[in-house]
Amino acid sequence: MKKPIIATASLAGCFGCHMSFLDIDERILDLVELVHWGKSPINDIKTFEQDCDIALIEGGCCNDEHIHTLRDFRKHCRILVAVGECAIMGGLPAMRNNIPIQECLEEAYLNSPSTAQANPEQILPNDAELPALLDKVYPCHEIVKMDYFLPGCPPRADLIYGALTALVTGQEAKLPYEVIKFD
Amino acid sequence: MSEHIAAISDIAAKYDNDPNRLLDILIDVQAQERCVTDDVTRQLAQQVGLSWADIHQTVSFYHFLSETPRGEYTIYLNNGPVAIMQGYEEVAAAFSEAAGCSIDSVTEDGRIGLFVTADIGMGDQEIAALINRVVFTCLTPEKARALVKDMQEGLSVQDMARKHREYGDGNNSLPAIHSMVRNNIQKAGPVCLGPYEVGVALRKCATQSPEDILSQIKASKLRGRGGAGFPTAMKWEFCAKAQGPERCVVANADEGEPGTFKDRVLLTERAELLFEGMAICAYAVGATTGSLYLRGEYTYLREYLEQVLEQMRADNLLGKDIAGKAGFDFDIRVQLGAGSYVCGEESALLESAEGKRGEPRNRPPFPAQSGYRAMPTVIDNVETLASAAQIIDKGADWFSNMGTEESTGTKVLSISGDCDRPGIYEVEFGITIGELLDMAGARDPQAVQVGGPSGHCLNADARDTMISFEGCSSAGAIIIIGKQHDLLAIIDNFMEFFTDESCGSCGPCRSGTWMLRNTLRRIRQGQGTREDLTSMRQLSEVMKKTTKCGLGHTAPHPILNTMDNFPHLYEALIPEQSDIRVFDLEASIKAANAAVGRTSASKETREKEEEQL
Ligand SMILES: Cc1cc2nc3c(=O)[nH]c(=O)nc-3n(C[C@H](O)[C@H](O)[C@H](O)COP(=O)(O)O)c2cc1C
Ligand code: SF4
Ligand code: SF4
Repeated sequence: MKKPIIATASLAGCFGCHMSFLDIDERILDLVELVHWGKSPINDIKTFEQDCDIALIEGGCCNDEHIHTLRDFRKHCRILVAVGECAIMGGLPAMRNNIPIQECLEEAYLNSPSTAQANPEQILPNDAELPALLDKVYPCHEIVKMDYFLPGCPPRADLIYGALTALVTGQEAKLPYEVIKFD
Repeated sequence: MSEHIAAISDIAAKYDNDPNRLLDILIDVQAQERCVTDDVTRQLAQQVGLSWADIHQTVSFYHFLSETPRGEYTIYLNNGPVAIMQGYEEVAAAFSEAAGCSIDSVTEDGRIGLFVTADIGMGDQEIAALINRVVFTCLTPEKARALVKDMQEGLSVQDMARKHREYGDGNNSLPAIHSMVRNNIQKAGPVCLGPYEVGVALRKCATQSPEDILSQIKASKLRGRGGAGFPTAMKWEFCAKAQGPERCVVANADEGEPGTFKDRVLLTERAELLFEGMAICAYAVGATTGSLYLRGEYTYLREYLEQVLEQMRADNLLGKDIAGKAGFDFDIRVQLGAGSYVCGEESALLESAEGKRGEPRNRPPFPAQSGYRAMPTVIDNVETLASAAQIIDKGADWFSNMGTEESTGTKVLSISGDCDRPGIYEVEFGITIGELLDMAGARDPQAVQVGGPSGHCLNADARDTMISFEGCSSAGAIIIIGKQHDLLAIIDNFMEFFTDESCGSCGPCRSGTWMLRNTLRRIRQGQGTREDLTSMRQLSEVMKKTTKCGLGHTAPHPILNTMDNFPHLYEALIPEQSDIRVFDLEASIKAANAAVGRTSASKETREKEEEQL
């Protein structure tokens, strides 16, 4: 059987979910036996050379590039998995959703202790090359259909590994209580 | 400033600086100062011996209390379901335009504040609003403009009301009420609105033993009229048997369920019967303290109710040795609410009556074990207590011969919406929806909302459904929704209501109401998916299982009922299945681009444009 191809992306996340993925430690060698790696920050492949079977998405969408990337993933991948609170609910970044964008930008670039002195010209980043911020931070499932959700901030390595191998091998995931317990 | 301090101090002193009367204090402060500022909160904290946070959380909880001024004239226009069906939008726009301020704000000169509130119990005479607690009914855009003119000219609210519309029928025209509210009694039944002579029931009661009274209530098979239908005698027995030096009887006149207004009419026309029922309950359970929890929206009835209480005291029907029976001591005070639906829930009501924010308590202990100020307490709906008084007067058999096997007696229903004869109908349990629709002269109904948003949304197949505890129960509201309305817009209104009214204590209710509302909105905007329908069902299950009070249990009903009974409405809105959701990227980057001062379109749009070149 052809090995499934997996891809990953980090959108509005902190890379914590990817780090947690790497916490599968030596099991990454087993995984290499099971799958091919496609586009992912882990191998620094930046484009879809071919369509993928499973993609892990970390983070929600906070700018236009995220929307673009996520839609692209949806077009090129069979199964999308939302990994972690940010992808599922917006997570920490979504805390800005109740604050008008103008205030957010002023706080970040003009008024915060680290920028108040350092930005004498009072510039809000506006280069055309920069991604445009969205009015709110959106969870992935509001932008495209997501097939699975792995909760946690970040989800434990065992959860990510268990879910991924289940998807790859087509067997039911074995997820003991400890793996989906958060306190 | 020092005048203000003295004025606040006087208000608190009027209530003996008692923290249990905090709600009364805050209501009076709000009426006088038009807000409860942070300074006042600090002053009161010292004076009544509570923390700043205690008072702050109470002020922020109730709709009719505010930290910022709400204007010399405060308009609370209700956006209940019947109002939105009958032209709320136009009236709101007229008020807003004429006053020159948007909804939720105050005019620059501080004169007029325009706010929205949930259903105010006038579903039979919409569009209705409260202006400084005076009720205005049957508003139209022209009338709204005229009222604004009156306010600009500085007329008193009472004069405005008199100019606007004549006094209502029955007791509404008594000097103590002087209100334009109409009773609209379309059908008076034999129990709550039947023939009645003040004092007869209570005098009969006083000649018997408490056990006799309990056994008559039991034999009548009376069940609670406030929604849950709990056997009344059983509740009274629990309370009678509970340990405690004193006991309490509370009448629940919060009537917050949108579309319900039957207690309004009972309070107006049958106050004595209610108070007698409370005294009879007090006699049966051995209570000495009584309280009528009157929703803030019905403040216009307070003076009248106080007068009735005073008269009953004078007639020895309240107070000491009632009806000549040595040791039968019981009195009632009126506790006002300040705008909160969840305060109708019995344990939240107790919290509120104790001056706190109305957050439901953990149960057990149940109110019958430990209720108002830890006293074993019976809380019953107004109609339940009024029925109990008639049972003691006219007999358990008389009562249980009416209605059905499990639902004896009559039910007072408030019918509103698309019908020729909105108003109050006291009917025997077992009546069918079809009969009710005919009686009220329903006009081309598409749906009937029985029991308000927390109840049942029925479709045209439901004509044979019976109103009863074993069939379809209703705390009183029947809202007829005609075919011309967008039913899901009304369901949206219900979900907005629950989102606003959730006390926030349980996560699944606080967030769940919000998530259900937002998902429904997404579907209504044509951006829904089939998974949304499944996930709304799943979320509803979670809410039912994991929330503390009935609000969280029933808040999913509007959505579940319409998904079951009107599936085609959802089907029609869900677009062809696509994995890419509808999302307006350009609209969502507008604000940020404006903030940083650039105009470029999103990367995706730019790429598309380049491709086209
Ligand atoms: C959110 C919520 C609101 C309620 N509002 C009212 C109300 O306005 N009036 C009322 O009588 N019961 C209301 N109830 C029901 C009360 O908790 C309680 O069951 C009732 O007052 C008991 O009286 P009964 O046995 O006479 O029905 C409400 C319950 C919930 C959960
Ligand atoms: S879920 Fe937690 S770990 Fe994962 S990206 Fe978000 S913040 Fe980081
Ligand atoms: S269910 Fe809702 S309203 Fe009831 S206690 Fe919980 S949060 Fe408050």
